[in-house]
Amino acid sequence: MLIQIEKLTYIYAPRTPLARTALDGVNLELRSGERVGIVGQTGSGKSTLAQQIAGLLAPTAGRVLLDGTTAHERTAAARAQRRRIGLAFQHPEQQIFEQTVLKEVAFGPHNLGVAEAQITERVHWALEMVGLSPETFAQRVPFALSGGEMRRVALAGIVAMRPEVLILDEPTAGLDPRGRRELLGRVDGWQRETGMTLILISHHLDEVARLAERVILLAHGQVAADGPTRKVLGDSQLLRSAGLSAPQPVALLEALRSAGWPVRTDLLLPEQVAAEIGQAWHQRGGS
Amino acid sequence: MNLLLPGMYVAADSPLHRLDPRIKMGATLGLMVLAFAVHSLPGLLLLAALVAGVALLARAPIPALLRTTRTVFWLALVMFFFYFFTTPGRPLVSWGGISVTAEGLGLGATQVYRICLLVILASLLTYTTSPTQLAHGMEALFGPLERIRFPVREIALVLTIALRFVPTFFAEIEIISKAQQARGADFYSGGPLRRLRSLVPIFVPIFVSALRRAEDLATAMDARGFRSAPHRTRLYRLSLGWNDLVACLAVAAASLLILGLERWI
Repeated sequence: MLIQIEKLTYIYAPRTPLARTALDGVNLELRSGERVGIVGQTGSGKSTLAQQIAGLLAPTAGRVLLDGTTAHERTAAARAQRRRIGLAFQHPEQQIFEQTVLKEVAFGPHNLGVAEAQITERVHWALEMVGLSPETFAQRVPFALSGGEMRRVALAGIVAMRPEVLILDEPTAGLDPRGRRELLGRVDGWQRETGMTLILISHHLDEVARLAERVILLAHGQVAADGPTRKVLGDSQLLRSAGLSAPQPVALLEALRSAGWPVRTDLLLPEQVAAEIGQAWHQRGGS
Repeated sequence: MNLLLPGMYVAADSPLHRLDPRIKMGATLGLMVLAFAVHSLPGLLLLAALVAGVALLARAPIPALLRTTRTVFWLALVMFFFYFFTTPGRPLVSWGGISVTAEGLGLGATQVYRICLLVILASLLTYTTSPTQLAHGMEALFGPLERIRFPVREIALVLTIALRFVPTFFAEIEIISKAQQARGADFYSGGPLRRLRSLVPIFVPIFVSALRRAEDLATAMDARGFRSAPHRTRLYRLSLGWNDLVACLAVAAASLLILGLERWI
């Protein structure tokens, strides 16, 4: 699916004293199968952008086109396009309402009109996708699960709809490091398998560095940078100007460099950083 | 969230924001009573002008303020038809034993007008008065009831907390309903029963989170050593200024003027 965002502006509570511009003239194009990270300070417009892409908000000005159709319209055509997009909100476990995990995950596919016979199969597949065994969890009451398990059930509810575009808004907030790695690993694998478009919104630049090939940096509702992950996240000055601090690997490399080590500073993954430091170590004579 | 929600406080600065909460609450109550004491069309229009004047002084957005009356749309509709069909008088149309009268039309419209005025007045009060101030005002106004062992402070606290969470609650409904829409939920089609059922995915999560919030709040209050003590000291004490006196006199004078004009006309 081709997502085109043209001069998109969105103002919350316009013409009241509470008016707040969340997005200000955003132009973007997201192509099918891209892995995009959206980063920015709290309040920079990340979540609003996600909701605009999913057609849940009507723009104040400008437009969002999904394969050429205006995203938020109440027409059958726009609705059909929206159904191809899966959006997991921040803290998706708050949206759980059903009596069993099976029914909860089946809500989305059911609304899409998936045949009853296939729903159970889809639910089982989605639960496995998020790392929950269907045999143990399908008949349990979602409210009795742990926070991390509820999160995964909620995400399974989106995954079960098999979207062509998956938007994850802070999917790992509140999960422990292991749960985080596991979840992102699964999302990564799933994206590779299906070739869907993945849009990851996160405060954790390290997560974005691992999953995204393209990063969009938002600041005050505007696109401050848009480019290959290494270029955007490796530029600590750019990040600082948008109110973010550099990813840990970049910060470490910069510290080494200012201490006189011959290292490059735009590496984002720990294994790359380790190799770079090892090389520099040898150059310095290994002492 | 394109509307001013009923019960929402906006921390702005206006002559009304600066008034003592006791005066504002008293004046609001007075104007509400006035809305029911006035009967003639000129009187009702004058009252609307007075409320509009107050809204301007509060620097409140008038269209948003008018939209707060949406919340009582169904109540107003029921009221209207109740008066419309049950008021005796000159029949306009008679049909199968039920007659619709001109008096019914007038009275129905007047009642709807009054309800809307009440909502607007209440919205103006909460728009210009922070929940804490409201609670302090309430405590002061109902203070005498403590003599008969009425738990004034506790009830003021409960009301403050309830008011405090009204906007949070609406914001939450908005988020959850969007989240369910993203899962293909449809709140707009089908018959009334189907539409009602389609709201379950919104209300269950809202209810769950309200309970969780209440528990968290109780724990937080407990952790700060809150208990229902008879005499609590305060950071900000209420004091009346000359502006409060002016406001008091202005509202009283305007009310008397409207009542007087109505008699006289």
